[in-house]
Amino acid sequence: MNPLIATDKWVSRAIGDFHGGIYPPENKTQSMQLPIGELPIPPILLLPLNQHMGVPAMPIVTVGDRVLRGQKIAEAVGGFSASIHASSSGTVTAIGDYTLPHPSGMSGQCIEITTDGKHTSIAFESCDDYRQLTPQELVQKIRHAGITGLGGAGFPTAIKLQPQAQFAINTLILNGTECEPYITADHSLMLHHAEEVINGALLLAYILGEPKDILFGIEDNKPDAIDAFTQVLSQRDDCERVRIITFPTKYPSGGEKQLIQLLTDKEVPAGAIPASLGIVMQNVGTAVAAHRAIINGEPLTSRITTFVGEALDTQRNMYTLLGTPISFALSHLGFDTDNFSENNREKLIMGGPMMGFALKSTDVPIVKSTNCVIAPSKQELPPQPDAQECIRCGMCAEVCPASLLPQQLYWYAKAEDYDRAQNHHLFDCIECGACSFVCPSNIPLVQYYRAAKGAIKQIEQEKVKSDHARQRFEFRKERIEKAEADKTAKREARKKAAVEAKRIQAEKLANAEKNGDTSTINNATDEAAENVKVDPVAAAMARVKAQQNDPVAQQAKLDRAVDSAKDRVAKLTEKLHAEPSKKKTAKKEEHKDRTASQLKQAELRLQDAEKQLADHYSKHPAKQQNSTPIKNGNATAETTIASGGTATVNNDTAAVSEDKKVAAPLANKKDDAASSAIERAKANTAALAAMSPEDKQKKNIASLEQRLVKAQERLAAAEKDNNEHIDAFRTGTEKLEQKLATAKEELTPL
Amino acid sequence: MSFINASSLPSSPHAHHLMTTRDVMQWVIMATIPGFCALSYFFGWGTLLNIIIAGITALLSEALVLKLRHRPIKQYLNDYSALVTALLLGLALPPYAPWWLVVVGTATAIILAKQLYGGLGLNPFNPAMIGYVVLLISFPVEMTRWINPVSLSADGQLPSLIESLSAVFYNGAAVDAYTGATPLDLFKNQNGVMVEQIYQQETLFSEGILAGVGWEWINLAFLAGGLVLLQKKIFTWHAPVSMLVALFIMSAIFYSDGSSSSGGSPLLHLLSGGTMLGAFFIITDPVSSAVSNKGRIIYGAGIGILIYIIRAWGNYPDAVAFAVLLMNFAAPFIDYYTVPRTYGHKKSERANKKRD
Repeated sequence: MNPLIATDKWVSRAIGDFHGGIYPPENKTQSMQLPIGELPIPPILLLPLNQHMGVPAMPIVTVGDRVLRGQKIAEAVGGFSASIHASSSGTVTAIGDYTLPHPSGMSGQCIEITTDGKHTSIAFESCDDYRQLTPQELVQKIRHAGITGLGGAGFPTAIKLQPQAQFAINTLILNGTECEPYITADHSLMLHHAEEVINGALLLAYILGEPKDILFGIEDNKPDAIDAFTQVLSQRDDCERVRIITFPTKYPSGGEKQLIQLLTDKEVPAGAIPASLGIVMQNVGTAVAAHRAIINGEPLTSRITTFVGEALDTQRNMYTLLGTPISFALSHLGFDTDNFSENNREKLIMGGPMMGFALKSTDVPIVKSTNCVIAPSKQELPPQPDAQECIRCGMCAEVCPASLLPQQLYWYAKAEDYDRAQNHHLFDCIECGACSFVCPSNIPLVQYYRAAKGAIKQIEQEKVKSDHARQRFEFRKERIEKAEADKTAKREARKKAAVEAKRIQAEKLANAEKNGDTSTINNATDEAAENVKVDPVAAAMARVKAQQNDPVAQQAKLDRAVDSAKDRVAKLTEKLHAEPSKKKTAKKEEHKDRTASQLKQAELRLQDAEKQLADHYSKHPAKQQNSTPIKNGNATAETTIASGGTATVNNDTAAVSEDKKVAAPLANKKDDAASSAIERAKANTAALAAMSPEDKQKKNIASLEQRLVKAQERLAAAEKDNNEHIDAFRTGTEKLEQKLATAKEELTPL
Repeated sequence: MSFINASSLPSSPHAHHLMTTRDVMQWVIMATIPGFCALSYFFGWGTLLNIIIAGITALLSEALVLKLRHRPIKQYLNDYSALVTALLLGLALPPYAPWWLVVVGTATAIILAKQLYGGLGLNPFNPAMIGYVVLLISFPVEMTRWINPVSLSADGQLPSLIESLSAVFYNGAAVDAYTGATPLDLFKNQNGVMVEQIYQQETLFSEGILAGVGWEWINLAFLAGGLVLLQKKIFTWHAPVSMLVALFIMSAIFYSDGSSSSGGSPLLHLLSGGTMLGAFFIITDPVSSAVSNKGRIIYGAGIGILIYIIRAWGNYPDAVAFAVLLMNFAAPFIDYYTVPRTYGHKKSERANKKRD
């Protein structure tokens, strides 16, 4: 460290430590020999739509579109998503599935841009003093710039900058630990862009409501970066809150939870986020990206990536455009891409040697979270020897930074005993790989944990689904039971009422008897009791008889029958209408035929019912005047006033029903149509009553002819557009013709 | 979990520490050298012969079972775990034990106690101790016949190599002239005598510095080897320290000022018999012990207490084997209740808690 600068003011040692940890060979010097280089613009950029946690972004360009550097080409979908911007100018040549830089080697949607080499930018909207803007506006800008955590997980930065209101943020931690071997991207950034990193930190602090402490966490293996920071800090007067905290180099001190424990001696409670402790942590690279997004208005289109490994001629850090295919980058650095294939087991790792993943192909692009690409020689990172049995030596437990018992987790994962695996807090495993690193039996422990986590998540999802199904089933059962209970209750109530009625009747009887003969009370009560016993059947029969004999009740019954028949006709017609005529499959046809025949039956029943009703009125003309005329309809009027016979009545009711049949489904104004038809019919009958029989018949014939014409028109129209009621119309027309014929015959003798 | 092996891409981490199970076993073997040297110095060729016979038997029986189980023989023999078992049994058995005794003990350890349970890593009991206990129960006479340490032998000589070989393979009587009691034997058989008297009467004690001629050095040598392994982080301090402390406390409590009912001094217990061999080479066997550090403390303490109980009030002069096996039984139970507190959790959970 530079002795001329008062480092003590700015630099202090970490106050905490975390359990375990390992000391793998650092391998950091190789890539720090040269300053940061710049990769040329590749001929093709491949930008995956999902470079972050959450939902893939939605493309807002189409193939053939010309795009400029910094132009948004895909829009974030929802909170956890992030926008994608073109990292150079060119033409969108494809949007489709490509292999993604992902541990599983899966494919996903990418936008392919063929670059024009001009690197033309859109006009960026710069901002000299971000303090003029509100934190919310700044967060929106960061969100629009598509910035995600550049450390690895790809968590959208904007979300972390908007902690929930109940968490007052008092500490902003800038993670410059970079504890993984080989990677020096953050190191070189801090070394060469110290001022920008600090400015970025101050910007983030402003957004977070000026927390009390701004802490930089840096491992003690980067004294030059610490020097660079202290130099900048001692020249400024706005950095009183900033401290650089150093700690011994140990993997994985750069893990979020571990770094918090180092710097604050606090543990993030299980299942909680650091904000619950008043802490927000950002990677130093993210701070710079956010700063550029605000000050220059530049979205995230490039990053520093470490290219390292003995299989490369040049090992160094490079400014790399997002979307640069790895094959392009590697061949630029002297890697024999043709030699790479799955067969010769040459390894290519994206990320660090501890948590990075092996690549299946070199066609995948550099994405926002790609901090390192390692192309090791075979000796450098030899493949792991075959796993042996676990001897429970416990070395894994000694190094686990989460204080887990990795060997127990392994047994339970292997035995698929997920309960016990979870009792051992499987989900607190951060997959740092320290256990696998030290395992003398070379067991791929992390792989087992990932598999077990995946399996448990799947089981839980299935459980949620089955819970839903069970809930639905139980609700249904409850509903049915409730309906059943209601029914029973009603039945009980009726029964009770009946018993009560009988009791009263019996009392009356008893009273009568009592009045008649007081000396034989006993007999009377006996009789009364007998009456009560006999009563139910007798009373029911009496009631039925009374009802049958009572014209009013009978009329009501008939009315009901007519109503229900009308209802059924209307429903069936509607059903016929509702059936989609397009899908004329055999089944549908069959179904339609059935509905049509049902409709015919219903019509017949309606006619029957109306006929009965008409008969009833002819039998009880006196009652009819007192009853509701509209409900009884035209038939009543005709039977009572005119002596033209039931045939006419039938004709008219049929007409009404036919009118209704069409009117109901079409106009959906059943009652209106019916009542107007009834009115018409009434007027007709009233007119008929005033005429001589001959005139009546003539008039009748005229109206029949008119209706026939109408019916024929309707039939023709139906035939034309293949209406499904065509059968009904046809029968209607035929009937009308018949009626007309009979009416004419009747008229001739007159 | 079949897809783990089917996966063509190597999974993270890609860097590995280059210490294999074989290396671990090698370190254990090397760490026994001081103890072996001390044993050989005081008792002659017997220990070496024990180890050779046990080693050959172990490799043959391991190979036999692996063949029967259709497992790759070479790969498994290469992990040296069978050799370690044989070595520990060879060190624990009395020198000049008849060859068949060693063969029966080792075969029992490897076939019965290790391979029948599934081989390395799956045995619930310490194989060497199973072998030892089977022999102790079946052949008590042969198992308790020790010879005097060299400085106490009648003519200041140890059995020659010829005598040793004949004692082991032909006639056990060849070393009869050399036999003597161990400190723990002596102590057990001197009931009703004050500790001080025993120490004065018996040359085994009176000529020793700490806890009996020869045995004190043998134990110190094993302690030294154990410290090397501790320094190499082959195992943690928890179980051995806890066992030694428990044994110390027990013997201190029941020393009763050296009265005739005394159970012996703490030094006697710490530095005689199989105490140090047990503390650093037997109870540290990870397979059959508890897994967490807290668990290992309980496990070690249990062994220390049981050793004292059996030594002082049981029928056998030494008790490491019984104590270890008894605590092997308890290890899974201990594990259930000693899950360490994980980062971010307020307290540890029981391993066998039911989840819904």
